[in-house]
Amino acid sequence: MRRESGGRVDRSRTLRFRFDGQDYTGHPGDTLASALLAGGVRQVATSVKLGRPRGIFSAGSEEPNAVVQIEEPFPEPMLPATTVELYDGLVASSLPGQGRLATGPDPARYDAVHAHCDVLVVGAGPAGLAAARAAASTGARVILADEQPEPGGGLLGAWPADVVEGLLGAEWATATAAHLKALPEVRVLARTTVFGYYDDNYLVAVERRTNHLGAAAPAHVARERIWRIRARHVVLATGTHERPIAFAGNDLPGVMLAGSARTYLNRYGVLPGRRAVVFTADDSAYAAAFDLADAGVRVAAILDVRPSPGEALAREVAKRGIVLLAGHVVTAAQGDGQVASVQAGRHRPEADPAVAEHAFDADLLLVSGGWNPVVHLFSQSGGRLRFDETLGTLVPGDSRQAVEVAGAARGVDTLSGCLADGAAAGERALGGQAAAAAPPPVDVPTAGGQAFWLVPASDYAAHFVDMQRDVTVADLHRATGAGLRSVEHIKRYTTAGTAHDQGKTSGLLTTAAVAHALGERMGELGITTFRAPYLPVSFAALAGRDRGPLHDPVRVTALHDWHVANGALFENVGHWKRPWYYQRVLADGRLEDMETAVLRECRAAREGVAMMDASTLGKIDVIGPDAGEFLDRLYTNLMSSLAVGSIRYGVMCRPDGMVFDDGTVIRLAEDHFLLTTTTGNAAAVLDWMEEWLQTEWPSLRVYCTSVTEQWATVALVGPRSREVLAGLAPGLAVSTADFPFMTWREAEVAGIPARVCRISFSGELAFEINVTSWEVSRLWTAIMDSGMVTPYGTETMHVLRAEKGYPIVGQDTDGTVTPQDLGMSWVVSKKKADFIGKRSFSRADTVRAGRKQLVGLLPEDPDFLLPEGTQLVSTDVPATVGTVRGGAPPRTVPTLGHVTSSYRSAALGRTFALALVSGGQSRLGERLYAPVGDALVPVTVTSHVLYDPEGTRRDG
Amino acid sequence: MMLLIPCPWCGPRDEAEFHYGGQAHVAYPENPAALSDEEWARYLFFRDNPKGAFAERWSHSAGCRRWFNALRDTATNEIHAVYRVGEPRPVTS
Repeated sequence: MRRESGGRVDRSRTLRFRFDGQDYTGHPGDTLASALLAGGVRQVATSVKLGRPRGIFSAGSEEPNAVVQIEEPFPEPMLPATTVELYDGLVASSLPGQGRLATGPDPARYDAVHAHCDVLVVGAGPAGLAAARAAASTGARVILADEQPEPGGGLLGAWPADVVEGLLGAEWATATAAHLKALPEVRVLARTTVFGYYDDNYLVAVERRTNHLGAAAPAHVARERIWRIRARHVVLATGTHERPIAFAGNDLPGVMLAGSARTYLNRYGVLPGRRAVVFTADDSAYAAAFDLADAGVRVAAILDVRPSPGEALAREVAKRGIVLLAGHVVTAAQGDGQVASVQAGRHRPEADPAVAEHAFDADLLLVSGGWNPVVHLFSQSGGRLRFDETLGTLVPGDSRQAVEVAGAARGVDTLSGCLADGAAAGERALGGQAAAAAPPPVDVPTAGGQAFWLVPASDYAAHFVDMQRDVTVADLHRATGAGLRSVEHIKRYTTAGTAHDQGKTSGLLTTAAVAHALGERMGELGITTFRAPYLPVSFAALAGRDRGPLHDPVRVTALHDWHVANGALFENVGHWKRPWYYQRVLADGRLEDMETAVLRECRAAREGVAMMDASTLGKIDVIGPDAGEFLDRLYTNLMSSLAVGSIRYGVMCRPDGMVFDDGTVIRLAEDHFLLTTTTGNAAAVLDWMEEWLQTEWPSLRVYCTSVTEQWATVALVGPRSREVLAGLAPGLAVSTADFPFMTWREAEVAGIPARVCRISFSGELAFEINVTSWEVSRLWTAIMDSGMVTPYGTETMHVLRAEKGYPIVGQDTDGTVTPQDLGMSWVVSKKKADFIGKRSFSRADTVRAGRKQLVGLLPEDPDFLLPEGTQLVSTDVPATVGTVRGGAPPRTVPTLGHVTSSYRSAALGRTFALALVSGGQSRLGERLYAPVGDALVPVTVTSHVLYDPEGTRRDG
Repeated sequence: MMLLIPCPWCGPRDEAEFHYGGQAHVAYPENPAALSDEEWARYLFFRDNPKGAFAERWSHSAGCRRWFNALRDTATNEIHAVYRVGEPRPVTS
């Protein structure tokens, strides 16, 4: 019910919204929760496991119950109604414990800011504002972040009538924030929750920039923004959460934290009920009772578990005609769907079950078990928590980071105390080493609170601890009954504290109930670890701009536009987009399928001439007097003996002898080499070279530079490639005698200065033409203009190289494969004293028989294409007998290896595959089986070189 | 995590700019051929895993691209010292 005046909502404007199909109204300044309470809505959700009705329990981000689904303007699941600012056109519905993600893409933008500051203050309540003002007073760079739409914290709800520096609390907060905002080095972030505290004072926050505008949010403004802040010093002024008490029926709609009811009244001008009972172990609930009574709520009774609240409070109670039962507890809240009556009885300190002696009609039951400092971020920072027996709760202890906690978050519970504590923390922060100096002890008036967590009973099945997970004290007893004692284990056994509120209200209550069951002290049991995030953060916010095309960098070659215009489909190789195959339009207007296109491209390369954009190959320029020596140490074979003008294939291994990369090495001059790497490994190879140069061989005079982008490479392949090249490079002697295999020449090709290499990755006569990236389009077009050349993509390249048994590092190898396993003992130098990997080739594991070796496979059905990754078995292995219930014993045989590459070959007129097979080289001619689906496909093991094993074709 | 790592060449930078290189002061053996299989395996596969101060290698891979060593407490992530490749591990109390 909305009062006619009071609170901080703007009654001059009306906002319309819909909840569960009903229309309601509210005002700017409302949350969805306050507007629902104003509209008389009691049940806001249904519990996940037991289907019990649940209402609004709190007024902040600690809310365990009132979790709703936003339907419009854009679906968003599982938001606490207490944190959703009301806007016009909001449509929401109650949830049975689980939400629904949007099915369409989120049209909103999200972004991120990286920020640095001298002092980050978290929380803009009295302590946080005082700290920020003190820190800012000397010109320090300060960020003040607060999760509410307006500053003030407790001043907005709990201390509405208090005066600070001559102003009403909320006005002082507004004025102080405005003063801070006007300072050039201060940033005040409203609607911003700091949710993670990491090493070296790195904190992450989410700012909700336009969520509160609903459909009126401007599209060009990021909906949410992630702040990644590195702070020299942090002041945590995160306040407190009120503690619930466990009793029968404590989850009914109408049961509410006392301080939250006070907030609904003072901040939103809403009465959350008409007839209230207050149940407390603490003085602060009296203030709530008095505020509500003075606003017209009939407060039927105050049940105080303590023997007496003291004379002053008793006088105030009497003045309002409220029944005060000291030393009493609530034995049960009852009602059908919401609180209708409250049963009460005497508190028996010896922990005997309380017996109902009184009953009060009420639609509102306010509860206060005292207050817990919000220590989540402090704990995340690596700070130790200390159990304070007087306060009955955890308070911050020491931290190794430059952080301190101020105000209510460290147990200070008066306004003047919070202001003074915050100012002192802000001043200390300026020194930058404040953490070293312990904050002076604050004289904490404890409000005479008594730690009281649960009402003893004979049946605990309706004493709820974690309302979002439907965990009761009885569930905790099942855990302790099963022998569990650690709160971490009990959390996982019962799920208490694992809901999306992460146990903000239930965490310490769980510890208290476990301590009660085990007869232990809460301080001994501790609490489950506080982990980031403090509250749920959407993946959209965390992803920010890094989605869609900006998710990952895309690299394209200088010929990309041509590929796109000529029907190429693309394959991702590392960050590169490489043409996969070129799809032609057939005579009947249909598009070629992949199989047809690849067979056509393969045939062109083997029978005529074809070309490929090979620009993505990694290229590293290596220069210096010791370059040859350096490459000798890196590669398994000898590179220093390479003649200027020649090219050599090489393999690099890790020290464990496993293949790391392969490529070619070109000697440009005595002290100058250019080496190529696999497309995906270019950066890793450069890093590898730098690592060895810097950490092991700093005396070698060598410089390594990536030139991948500077050089574009066109591979011209096929028996007629010489003819095409000769036509374009009249000045180049192209005969085998003048230009032998594995040499390079400088020449003009199509009038463009080029380095031409006789390298073949297909077994055919081939030339790799390297020009600057600027000119490659012209070269490519000139070659196409010959009218003889078919462009081909990576799939054809793979088929051609596999027919020749050339492995692809990372496809036919997996980090457990030596050069010898690949049938390349010839690439491993016997002459060199040492190179990376050499010592490992004589380890017992690398010389043993039965290592997996690269072989070829021919399926007996020449049309059957083996799926890559298929396992290979032999039926010669005896069956292992096991039993399967209700069926035949399974026939289990060890796998001998797997298929690494598999293609259709135009040249072979059939399918074939490469595979890593245990002892493969000694199995040539053997029949193995490949389980594919339900079938065992017979295959014959062959040499991995299936096409032109004599190498007769490379000279054309 | 998300350490602030003081690169000895560039000054303090975010962890995201760095590449981790494991335990420091594990030199490539001078003559691998002279080592037994076990000694070689120890070089290849065995590294310390202390709780507390640990000398480890980092590379400022998205910055100056230099390798350096750091003395980091593995329990608290505090970096007590950074020093250049080839320098001895600093003595800390």
